[in-house]
Amino acid sequence: MTDSTPILSVNDISKSFDGNIILNSVSFQLATGEIKVLIGPSGGGKSTLLQCMNCLVIPDSGDIMLENRQIDYLNKESLYNLRQQVGMIFQDFNLFDHLTALDNITIALRKVKKCDRKQAEQRARQELEQVGLADKEGLYPAQLSGGQKQRVAIARALAMDPKILMLDEPTSALDPELIGEVIAVIKALAEKGMTMVMATHQISLISGLADEILFMENGRIVEQGSPSKLLSTGNISKSQGFCDRLNELAEVGE
Amino acid sequence: MPNAVSAVIDSLPYLLQGASITIGIVVSAMLIGLVIGIFMSVGLVYGNRSTQYLVTGYVWIFRGVPVVVLLFLFYFGLFTYLGFNFSAFVSVTIVLGMTTGAYQANIFRGAILSLPQGQFKAASALGMTNAQAIRSIVLPQILRVSIPAWSNEYSIILKDSALAFVIGAPEIMARTQFVASRTYQHLSLYIAAGVIYFLLTWTGVILLRKLENYLRIPGYSHHGNNS
Amino acid sequence: MELSPFYQELLTSLNRGLIMSIALIVPSVIGGVVIGVLAGTLRTFGNTITRRATDAYAAVFRGTPLVVQLFILYFGLPNLGIYLSPYVAAVTGFTLCSGAYQSEYVRGALQSIKRGQYLGAQALGFTTFQSIYWIIVPQAIRRAIHGCGNEIIYLIKYSSLAFIVTCVELTGEGKTIATEYFRFTEVFTIIGLYYLGLVTVAIFILKKIEQRLYIPGFGHG
Repeated sequence: MTDSTPILSVNDISKSFDGNIILNSVSFQLATGEIKVLIGPSGGGKSTLLQCMNCLVIPDSGDIMLENRQIDYLNKESLYNLRQQVGMIFQDFNLFDHLTALDNITIALRKVKKCDRKQAEQRARQELEQVGLADKEGLYPAQLSGGQKQRVAIARALAMDPKILMLDEPTSALDPELIGEVIAVIKALAEKGMTMVMATHQISLISGLADEILFMENGRIVEQGSPSKLLSTGNISKSQGFCDRLNELAEVGE
Repeated sequence: MPNAVSAVIDSLPYLLQGASITIGIVVSAMLIGLVIGIFMSVGLVYGNRSTQYLVTGYVWIFRGVPVVVLLFLFYFGLFTYLGFNFSAFVSVTIVLGMTTGAYQANIFRGAILSLPQGQFKAASALGMTNAQAIRSIVLPQILRVSIPAWSNEYSIILKDSALAFVIGAPEIMARTQFVASRTYQHLSLYIAAGVIYFLLTWTGVILLRKLENYLRIPGYSHHGNNS
Repeated sequence: MELSPFYQELLTSLNRGLIMSIALIVPSVIGGVVIGVLAGTLRTFGNTITRRATDAYAAVFRGTPLVVQLFILYFGLPNLGIYLSPYVAAVTGFTLCSGAYQSEYVRGALQSIKRGQYLGAQALGFTTFQSIYWIIVPQAIRRAIHGCGNEIIYLIKYSSLAFIVTCVELTGEGKTIATEYFRFTEVFTIIGLYYLGLVTVAIFILKKIEQRLYIPGFGHG
């Protein structure tokens, strides 16, 4: 499915907070339809990298290019524009607590995309249907389970017709029995050819979906390659060791 | 301007004596309120219907009627009418005690209701009587979680005590007014009174915060239960 | 049933006082809320200087009795050649004092909103203004409404201090008659009922507003 022109490229970006280097000249390119999975130890910079890619965090240096256009960090319009085209799923959902599931989806359509209410609601219902929550549109975030919240968050991002979807540990805040429903939604998206960058510890997402694995440690990409290459038996790689440990944990959990 | 300053300096000892009377009023009122509040909150939560109506009515009246009106009503009206010959100091203390009692009843009621159900059951399961369970399990917990609201009450009652001058109790405000009317240095004297109240308020609030930290149990907070 | 002349006179005076009380309360409530929102926002999001200044404002007005503030405005300022009418002094004092308390609730509400709410909006392409207007403000109002409502109730009761700076409202009218006839118990019981009425109506309205804004699972705590 992968097509060779990069839709998004990250060129040499670095970021420090309070003198701590979080990202140290990271570069990679994302092709349309490609799925990249970020793995590695916590604090390795995965989350910051994702937030830099839609400029929720502005890099100290380096460029972000969306469809060969460079993002001007100082131009707010260009940032708003970038974020509309790059959807983001957070670990802790960040649903708007004062809005129903339906309105969580319509509000950005109405305020950012300037759709009228009717259109927005129609679109929102379609998206809720896609994630299997058509009957929950009137409920508020506090009335939804974690898995349902994350599915609403995904529907909310998809309603904006993003060219890329970024997922920051989408299943980490969920109880084990709720992870499956979210994974199913993500897999369905992959089948439809959605371009995605995902940080995750979920072994089935890593080995089953990734076109390429990026292993991050100390703010750098230290390993990069297809799962078949990095995770093949007998191959000694950091990714391999990391996934082995995840597997062990999963078995202990069961 | 020198007059303004010297008026304050000259009268400072006199005003500070007033501060000790203010503190006397506030501390006694808070204690009266504590006793009233504990009994009423227990009545609100565990009492039968008529007890609940009675307490609710009391709380409604004392939370809805201004302190000045209560002071006039009790000092010039009810106390005299009933034949009590209370001094202004005693009257203010009682009125403020009854007022804060109404607020403290609500504070403790909230604290009791926020207490996990299992606490009382676990105490009973260990063979404690109701009274024992309340004294050694329920009260220590509700008093702890009530400290922030209690410190708020302290600051309110301290400031309300400044109204005692309308019936002539010789606290800070009455003394300031007395000196101001003789020296005509209203501005500097009332600012001085303000500074004294300011120091009393925040000293008390900070001390109560220290107490709260001192009594804090690691990992124990009722807010945590809501989230 | 015919009322005795005493009660006729009393009720006429008290009704006149009630109107004055309402004329004190309404602008003070509005002014207090406006100042509270401004000061509360500055205390949360301001730079160091504005934050310190607004924190100090709130600490001073919350740390001193309202009656002292009123005395400074009405009896103190003339020492500097500034003369305020009783009504202006009372409304100014009420507004400044109430604003300080309101700012506390507004600040608490703003602080209680998780950063993720703002991040979520930004990630969808909201502008900063849109994020604040559509996401932060609706949540902050719901978090603050209960505390701000309580403060309004307090303000209604403390409007009774206006008579001390010779602005004759409900309490002042009553005191005049009570002193004249020396019938404190009856007069101040009836005044108490007036205030209970005012406070009860205010509580009813505030509860209605809270109910209208209610969202399941979205507490004010």
